[in-house]
Parts: sequence; structure tokens; C-alpha cells
Amino acid sequence: MMKTVGPGPRAEETPEPLLSVRNLCVTYRTDSGSVPALDQLSFDLHAGETLSIVGESGSGKSAASLAMMGLLPPNAVVEGSVRFRGRELLDLSDKKLREVRGKRIAMVFQDALAALNPMMTVGAQLAEAVSVHDSSASRAALRERAVELLDLVGIPSPRSRSDQYPHELSGGMRQRVMIASGIANEPDILIADEPTTALDVTVQAQILDVLMRIQDRTKSAILLITHDLGVVAGLADRVLVLYCGRKMEEAPVEPLFYEPAHPYTRGLLAALPRIDRGTRRLAQIAGQPPSPGERPGGCPFQTRCPHADERCDVIPRPVRVGENHTAACVHAHEIERVTP
Amino acid sequence: MTAPALTVEGLVAEYTTGRRGWGAQTLQAVSGVDLVIPQGTTLGLVGETGCGKSTLGRCLVRLIDPAEGRVKLFDTDITSARRRDLAAVRRRVQFVFQDPYASLNPKLTVHAALAEPLRIHGLHRGREGARVKELLELVGLDPRHGHRHPHQFSGGQRQRIGIARALAVEPEVLILDEPVSALDVSVQAGVINLLADLQEELRLTYLFIAHDLAVVRQISDQVAVMYLGRIVEQGPADTIFTQPRHPYTQALLSAVPVPDPRIQRARRRIVLDGDLPSPLSPPSGCRFRTRCWKAQDVCAHTAPELSEQGGSLVTACHFPAPPAQPTAQNQHKEVTAP
Amino acid sequence: MTQPTPLPTQLSPTATAPTPPSDRGDRRTSLVVLSRFLRHRLAVASLIVLTLLAVCCFGASWIAPHPRNAQNLLEASQPPSAGHWLGTDALGRDYLSETLYAGQLSLAIGLGVALLATLVGTTAGAVAGYLGGWADEVIMRVADLFMIVPPIAVLAVSLQGLGPSPVTIVVVLSSLGWTLIARVVRSQVIQLRHQEFVEAARVVGARGPRILVRHLLPNLTGLIVVNVSLSVAMAIILESTISFLGYGIQPPESSWGNMLTQAAGVIGTDQSYLLYVPGMAILITVLAVNFVGDGLRDALDFQGRQ
Repeated sequence: MMKTVGPGPRAEETPEPLLSVRNLCVTYRTDSGSVPALDQLSFDLHAGETLSIVGESGSGKSAASLAMMGLLPPNAVVEGSVRFRGRELLDLSDKKLREVRGKRIAMVFQDALAALNPMMTVGAQLAEAVSVHDSSASRAALRERAVELLDLVGIPSPRSRSDQYPHELSGGMRQRVMIASGIANEPDILIADEPTTALDVTVQAQILDVLMRIQDRTKSAILLITHDLGVVAGLADRVLVLYCGRKMEEAPVEPLFYEPAHPYTRGLLAALPRIDRGTRRLAQIAGQPPSPGERPGGCPFQTRCPHADERCDVIPRPVRVGENHTAACVHAHEIERVTP
Repeated sequence: MTAPALTVEGLVAEYTTGRRGWGAQTLQAVSGVDLVIPQGTTLGLVGETGCGKSTLGRCLVRLIDPAEGRVKLFDTDITSARRRDLAAVRRRVQFVFQDPYASLNPKLTVHAALAEPLRIHGLHRGREGARVKELLELVGLDPRHGHRHPHQFSGGQRQRIGIARALAVEPEVLILDEPVSALDVSVQAGVINLLADLQEELRLTYLFIAHDLAVVRQISDQVAVMYLGRIVEQGPADTIFTQPRHPYTQALLSAVPVPDPRIQRARRRIVLDGDLPSPLSPPSGCRFRTRCWKAQDVCAHTAPELSEQGGSLVTACHFPAPPAQPTAQNQHKEVTAP
Repeated sequence: MTQPTPLPTQLSPTATAPTPPSDRGDRRTSLVVLSRFLRHRLAVASLIVLTLLAVCCFGASWIAPHPRNAQNLLEASQPPSAGHWLGTDALGRDYLSETLYAGQLSLAIGLGVALLATLVGTTAGAVAGYLGGWADEVIMRVADLFMIVPPIAVLAVSLQGLGPSPVTIVVVLSSLGWTLIARVVRSQVIQLRHQEFVEAARVVGARGPRILVRHLLPNLTGLIVVNVSLSVAMAIILESTISFLGYGIQPPESSWGNMLTQAAGVIGTDQSYLLYVPGMAILITVLAVNFVGDGLRDALDFQGRQ
């Protein structure tokens, strides 16, 4: 159950990444002009690894996951490339994309109650999830599979639970059902978008355990989208930090927490209250995140950054600061890197 | 020893579900809570969704009328205050809401929102405008932005407006209901620091209600842990966080992820089985027994009283953890309830 | 109070707010509302049409080419010509002038009913929703009572009993129209009452009337404006209906409705176009009022949008 903390695994072992995202841009068109949500995001996801995308509200982390799944609203303009096993997803027709979605790439949403059909029993929904991609199975077999899935995500007495409706289940149970439906077709990638944000900590602990157990079993890659650095610390192999739609830092989990290179990452870690130490004053990041309409040109963090100077007016390129560790900051090499 | 600013004795709060009359069920959200908060200090009240912590907070400003029990503000009993006397009570106790989006009237400018309490209580007559500017500055906002509407501010700034509104009447006690849980980390720290500064500067007394234990540890002097309407453990913040004795507190603490990969992955966690029982029919005896791995027969018969455990820690458990075991973060065994 | 006053300023230097979103600028609310309304082309056009119509009708004594009720039997039943743009009726009255004068009553009744019904309905709905309990029960049961009786029957009976003066028509139509807005306002108030900003107002010491007027009703402006426009349209149509049926405005006074009645006699003759004039006036007014209502609602509700 405990995961070993290795130095950024698999990055070198598998030359061909499972998912390769290049220069992904998402812009929303609204009445009052276009609002950028995601700007030039590039990353690779390798088989079996857990990559976490961390960011605050407005950082573009959800836009990224929705873009990969082709689930953005019609007023969103997507540019760039998302390749799954070498196949471009952004060019696929809806029908082809649906084959990939759910079967090869599945998604777990934050709000399980909204994502489940209130008029169907959870067993029927799971059976449907399986049958959409495997129409040969008999009804009885589908039902068995649904019960098996519920058991897998740790739902007690799965057989009777499968006959219940979503509203009869607690929040934690519903999130388990979501995960069960996500892994119904043993996908290669499970995208979990804030899977525990709506849940209490004790239930969050249960759900995170389920995710880890599932990964041990299915060897799926997990793309974990969250704002909670505590969850990241426990689960992720590698971490991407987004701010205002741009990638600030990318690193294996330990270097990110112990040798953060970007002033934003450092600021975030220093601003976190922690349960295991009672510091009296938090180091706060100055100011407020700029609204999408008025992000500064150049580095988006410059309005709040203690190191900002005129060099920050140009959009910074990612600088290599360690093994598999880059930071999009012109000052990355000058900043002393110790645990904040 | 400072005088207690807020004293709660045997507080019970109930909701009636459904329509009055036939088929109505009474849900006891708070079942007999005692609290004492010395002036100028912060009591952190923690617990999960549905434990009654928000209801308790609302009783203290009479947004909800308690069914039983007393709330005393210094020497004034506010539970018996009549409608007319409530205004006087609300000059002394104020409330900060969780949701910075829902708690500000979208149609009122910031200036109007902050001037309203002044007008109602007849404070700073003739210089309301100047006072509103002072309030905005006090919470770290630009005083020139008074004519703006809430939608022109970010979440963190709105929460500062909510705090300024509460401070407008110059209260002695602030009830803070999850004041930072809707905020991003990068602005949350600023608001927490602001609250700490205000407390020191104005000698405020806080009841800080939150589900985020790390934030509670950051700001609290005392911590009370609530489960299904009852307080299960209470004591100095450091003691609660380093040597909790109640199994629920232990489980709760062990479930909070620590933003440090090595520590987080080395921690042993207590994973509780099952979900919170329905508050409509709470378990007999100890309410935590259905999820507790230590539960015995006695737990089903007798509800444990809060009892002194040393170091001003009180715990409501028949089988509290022994004091010698410093159950910090990494000493738990992986245990699950039967 | 143990509070030190005045309060110190600027506790934490780093906490100073940076420039918040200013894309919507610091313009005054009224300007924002105006500019948003102006973006709504159809509403602006409708407002112009309505204004013209109102000016022409209420200024008919100056604008109308012929005086009111000026009969000239020698020129009876003439088709449109340079002297009489819309022709004349059977009594030789200029039809354009008649339509304009008739519009005075139709518009006044429409507006009067809309304002009265909205005022009564909003008050009743807001009080019912805010107080709840027995007040709610009583008000809403009364509203139900008004809703279940067939409006045409009520109108016919009460106008027969009270006499068909314009004031009676306004009162009777309003008493039928208020129930709709009362229901809508009540449900909205019940929803808003549990919002945190209303609780917040209670905590700072605000009482019922203040909460209703300062906090609840301003958040219902869009809804109320739409209702006014719907009621105007409904009242004009209802007034026309009852006048057409003969229970409403009686000659020699005229409204668009009873012009229709009188024109009913020409159906089948080569003068049946006379039917279209008051008909078109009603149609144009009703449509324009609705578009203006839409535009106002969109313009007023901007703060609520995230």
C-alpha cells in the first residue's frame, strides 16, 4: 500500500510516452473577448506513473484535462497536440474519440453526484460502462463484472449495493463508484480531476488508498489534477505546477518539495499551514492572482514575485535545473534552493 | 487567567425535517456542548461535514435559536436575549462566513455593505465614509475601491471585505465559519495572517470553525474536536496535535496529508471504515463506536463523559490512548474497525 | 466597548491589495447598465418605437391631423387618401386620429395594470416568502383563490356590477394579474432568504423590512422588470378582449379594443383593412414592450454573473 519513493521513475526506461502533450493552448471565447485558460502546455505521461498537475483556481489545470478528453465546451478553442500512443487525439472525430475515451483513457470527476445518472442503479451504470466498449458480454456477465468492480474499489456488500441508486450512497461511496466506472475497461490512463476535493479527510484517505490499490493492480497511469500539495506528496511520482495557464515547474516529487526552483512553487510551499508543525506565521505570497483578462505579458507570476525584474517581461523558457527538473524562470539558477 | 469571553453550557440545537405535524423528525445537530473561550484567544472547532460545528457557530450569533443550554458573552446571557436586545448582542459578537461569493450582496457596493452596520447601530455618525475607508485599510484593501461591486474583487479580497463588515461594529468576539476554506493556498496564508494580526491588535476572541486541521493548528490556542454533535476531545492545540487520546482525533489527524513526500509516505494511517452515521438516529452510547476499532460492549450502553487526561486535555472515551505514547505522525499502527 | 477606536491602519504591509480586475472599469453602475442596454439592438429599437407611439398617442391633441370624434358623414367610409392617411370610418371620422386617441386609454390601462399588479404582487410575494409560516399560508391561499376563477367571467361580472370605467378596469385586471408575480417573487425570496449574504445582514443587525428592501428586492429587479413588461402586454390584450366583447370601454370613449369591436362590422366589406389598424397597434406595442423588458433584464442582472 505504501508507495516507494523512487527518483523520478520510468522517464528513461520507456522512450515512447503513453501520452504526449505539446504546446496545448485553450482559449475561451466569450461576449467580452477571448479569455486564455491554458498557454503552451507540454508534458509526457509514461505508462504506470502518477503525474500530478497542481495549480490553484484559474491555473488551467481543469482546462488541460478536459482538452485531452475532448470535453471542453463549444466556445473553447484548442490548439497544439495531444498524442496517445503516437495517435493525435485532437484531430479525431467524435466517434473515434469516444472509443479512446472511457476505454483507453478514463476520467474521475470531482462531483460524483453530478457525474452519475440519478435514475439508474449504480450496478446498471457500471454494466453500461463496460458494455459500451464490449458489446459481446451477456447481461449476467455484465452484472457480475459490476459487482466485481464495486468490490475492487472497497464497497462493502457490493452485490446489494449494486442495486442502489446514487442518492442512496454517501459521498465517499459515490466517488468509489466513479472510480469503479473509470476503471471498468482497464484504461491505460486514469485522469482524476480533484477526486477528493469534495470529501472529508477521513473519506479522502479511503479514496486515495483505493486509487493506489487500483494502480498497483491495473498498472494504469494516473494523471492526478489537484490543488492539494499534501495529496500530491503522498501519491505523485512527478509533478507539474501550473499558474495562470502556464507551466511553472516540472520535477520528480522529491526535488519539487525539497529543492523547488521556481519562486511560485517556493512561495506555495512556504504559505502552506502544516499539521506536523505549528509555525506561528505563514510566509504569504503578495497580492492576488491576476484575473484571466489582465495577466501581465511575460512571466505571469511577476506581479507577485519577490525576484521580479525587467528580465521577467519576456515569457521565460523552461530552464533545466536538475535531472528531469525544469523551471520556467529566468532566475532559476540564482535562487538558493533549500526546503522552504 | 483572562476572563472567559464566551461560555457555552449544555448547548442543544435541533432541526425539524419535513413539515410541521405529521412525519416530522427532529434532528439534533448539536447535543449538549460546553465550551469556554478566554478573551483574546482562539478556539479551533474541528470536525467533518455534518458534525454540527457550523450549527453551533450559528447559535452563538442567534442565527439559529438553540433548543437548550446557555451562551454567555462575558456576563451577558445571549440565549435569553429578546428580539429587541439582539442588536446589542450583535454589536459584540460577529460572524464571518465561509463563502466569499455568497456572503456579499452582489447588488451592493463595498461601501454600502460596510456602511450598513454603521447605520444600523448608529456608529460614527456623520463620518461613515471615512470609517469605511479605515475598515478597508484595516483588512489590507485599497480604500479607493469602495464604490466597486463584489464581482470586481477576487475571492481573497472578498473574504477581506467579509471580515471588514464583521469588524465594522467593533465586536469583541468573532465567529469564523470556515473563513479560508474557499480560498487558494496563495491567498489563504494572507487571510490567516490578517486574522492573527487583527486578533493581536484588537484583542479579539475567535471561535475558528474549520475542517482543515492544518489551518486550525496554525491559528488556534485551544482545539475542540466534534463528532456527531458532541465534543469528543478538547485541549491545548499542541497537545491535541501531538498527543491526541481519543481514537477519532487520532484517525482524523492521521488522515490529513502532509505536504512532504518522505514524511507523508512513511506515515502509518488509521483508515476508518464506513461513513458517518445519520444524525437522525445516532448510535447509542458513544457515537463514534460504530467506526471505532476499540469499541466494547460498554461503549454501546454508556456515553463517555469528557474526563481530564492531564495537561488540560479532556477526552470523552472509555478507552483513551495511554498518555506515554506520543502519537505524533508516525507511530500509528494500521488499524481498521471490525 | 473594550474596542480601541480609531482602529490602526495597515497592519501588514504586504497585504495591500493590488489592482483588482479593472476590465469592467470603475464606471458607475448606472452607466454600466445603460451601456449593456444599448448593446441590445432590438430592445433599443423597441424603446424608440414605444416612445414614438406614446408621444403620438398622448400628444394626439397636437399631433393628430383631425380633432377627436369629428364626424363628417359626407366623408364616411373613405379609403386612405392624402387628407385621411388611414381613411375614415362609417361615421366619417379620421381613422388615424381615432387610433391615436384610443391609444391613450389602451396604453394607460396597460401601464396602470402592470404597475399596480407588480406592486401588489411583489409586496405580497416578498412578505409571504420572507415571513413564511401562517402569513405565507394566508397570502398564497388568497392568491390561489384569484387564480382558479376564470378571468373573463370575473371581468364580465365585475365590470357589469361596478360600471366599466377605466379605473375599474385597471383595478379588476390588476386583481387578476398580481397572483403570478406574487408566486414568482415568493419562490425567489425563499431561495435568497437562505443565502449567506442575507444571514450576514441579519448578523450585522438588519431587521426584516431592511433586509427585504436593501438585500432581497434589488436582487429581483430583473425578474420584476420582465414581469412588468409581460403584464403590460397582458393587460392591453385583456382590455382589448373585454372591450371587444362589449364589457370594457364604452363609446364615446374609445380604446384599441373597442375600435376592433366597431370595425368588426366591416368584415367582409372592402373596408376590412380597418380591422388591421388597431390590431397592428396592439401587436406592435406588446412586442416592443416585451423586447424592452428582455433588454432591461439583461442590462440589470450584470452583477450576479461570475
